[in-house]
Amino acid sequence: MKTSPPEHCVDIESLQLDSALRLIEQSGQTALDVALPPQKYVQGVIDALCSLSSLDALTGLANRRSFAHAMEQELDRVARSGDVALLLMVDIDHFKRVNDAHGHLVGDQVLKQVAHRILACVRPMDTVARFGGEEYAVVLPNCSSSYGNIVAERIRESMAHAPVVLGPHLSLSLTVSVGGAYAPQWIRSEAAIWIERADRQLYRAKREGRNTVCLEQTIDTVVSTEEKELLYGALNFDAFEARMAVANLGNANGATP
Amino acid sequence: MNTPVGAPAPTPKAPVVYVPTFPTDPKRALVFAVTSGKGGVGKTFVSANTAAALAKRGLRVLVLDADLGLANLDVVLNLYPKTTLHDVFTGKATLREAILKAPGGFDVLLAGSGLVEYSRLTSEVRDQFQTVLHEVLLDYDVVILDTGAGISDVVLYAISLADEVLLVSTPEPTSLTDAYATVKVLAAQQGRRTIRVVINQTLQPGEGRMITTQLQRVVDRFVPALGSGPVMLSHLGDIPSDTLVRSAVQKRQLLFSSMPGSAPAQAIAAVAGRLGDLVQRWQGSRD
Repeated sequence: MKTSPPEHCVDIESLQLDSALRLIEQSGQTALDVALPPQKYVQGVIDALCSLSSLDALTGLANRRSFAHAMEQELDRVARSGDVALLLMVDIDHFKRVNDAHGHLVGDQVLKQVAHRILACVRPMDTVARFGGEEYAVVLPNCSSSYGNIVAERIRESMAHAPVVLGPHLSLSLTVSVGGAYAPQWIRSEAAIWIERADRQLYRAKREGRNTVCLEQTIDTVVSTEEKELLYGALNFDAFEARMAVANLGNANGATP
Repeated sequence: MNTPVGAPAPTPKAPVVYVPTFPTDPKRALVFAVTSGKGGVGKTFVSANTAAALAKRGLRVLVLDADLGLANLDVVLNLYPKTTLHDVFTGKATLREAILKAPGGFDVLLAGSGLVEYSRLTSEVRDQFQTVLHEVLLDYDVVILDTGAGISDVVLYAISLADEVLLVSTPEPTSLTDAYATVKVLAAQQGRRTIRVVINQTLQPGEGRMITTQLQRVVDRFVPALGSGPVMLSHLGDIPSDTLVRSAVQKRQLLFSSMPGSAPAQAIAAVAGRLGDLVQRWQGSRD
């Protein structure tokens, strides 16, 4: 006679794991050994589901959810440590043409291969994520500005230097545009601001002809002549200087010793 | 058609706003950072006199030297403290011992020149500074951070701790340029949306408001709106140029207390009135 397990033990047969197991199987992860002790088996299912929910199904990169987590962690860290961290946004140039000319399956293959090339360019500690569509995001903790330039350029070159081979008769020459921005050191900031700054550099790279890297070097403190003109052109500083001179004269005469 | 195969998390479309370092709690002090971009525009003069004016309105005010020893708050207030923030950081004194009574009826926490070595922002300095601020927040209605000149990491850090930014500029082109650069950095780096402006040493009525309006025009045209929307400059007031200011500084007197009837003192009172309204609104949700 089979004795029912004590209440704190998990009875696997009574758990409805069918859809979870099907998802895990579909994702290509190795099947769990049913002979495992129940505790280990359930833990295995949970682990497999966790990795499923943090990875992009097509490329195997971090998905938006785990990317958001990596960003939050990094923002907390730089606020506390003052470390330099870089966010890169990478976008495949003219990706729509690939889909239009060769179909979405080829497009998917391209997305996978670009993912592999980006991964090969960065350190294990960096997070490479599929940001959406043909756009990727890379979070690089502890990344000095000299290294930032090198790694962004390396990613661009890895695409520009060798075509993507998709089969014996099909290889495509593709390029990427890269935009990047550093997290504000010491300061608590928000992921959305950081992403927007990096995105702005990506648009700049696209505007400058694609196959280009644009990094926001430092926060822009330069005031252009155009800005200065608008700032005090209207304020008529000749008149200001004249009044200042009169006021100074008045001060000099009326100042108490 | 390029939607990812895996279900992506929704794009963050929520409005981006400045993230305060200290939790929003109406029982704690409202923290103002007084900054300027350019030095020598009267930042410390505005900090100290506004503190006196706020104190006169019955508010509990603390002015903190956030220039870490390089501010001349001690000079403006004619204070020669035996105990400073430096002693607190090095464990030689308690925080309460380092808080001084300033002539204008407010409290002041000076950094002490020993803190010059802190002008590099290490995580220790940051932690200590933040701990100090955290400890005093519940004892005051207003904490004023008198920051240094320029847009260094120390200044930006100090500003990042504040709920409100008070930007002081004179009508001079160099001062305006640096004030504008400060606005740009604060918008881009911290996602600040509202920055309050005081124009010091104005020469005629209405000049300050005109300058703030012009600053706003340049901001609207050249400072890209982040997710948070456009940066708004709010004009707090003009402080007219007056020889009395110079003589008060020379005599190391607080103008607001020593010559309360003077035009600059009354202008300070008006600025403090507007800040007082902000404090009242902040505390409005108190029980």
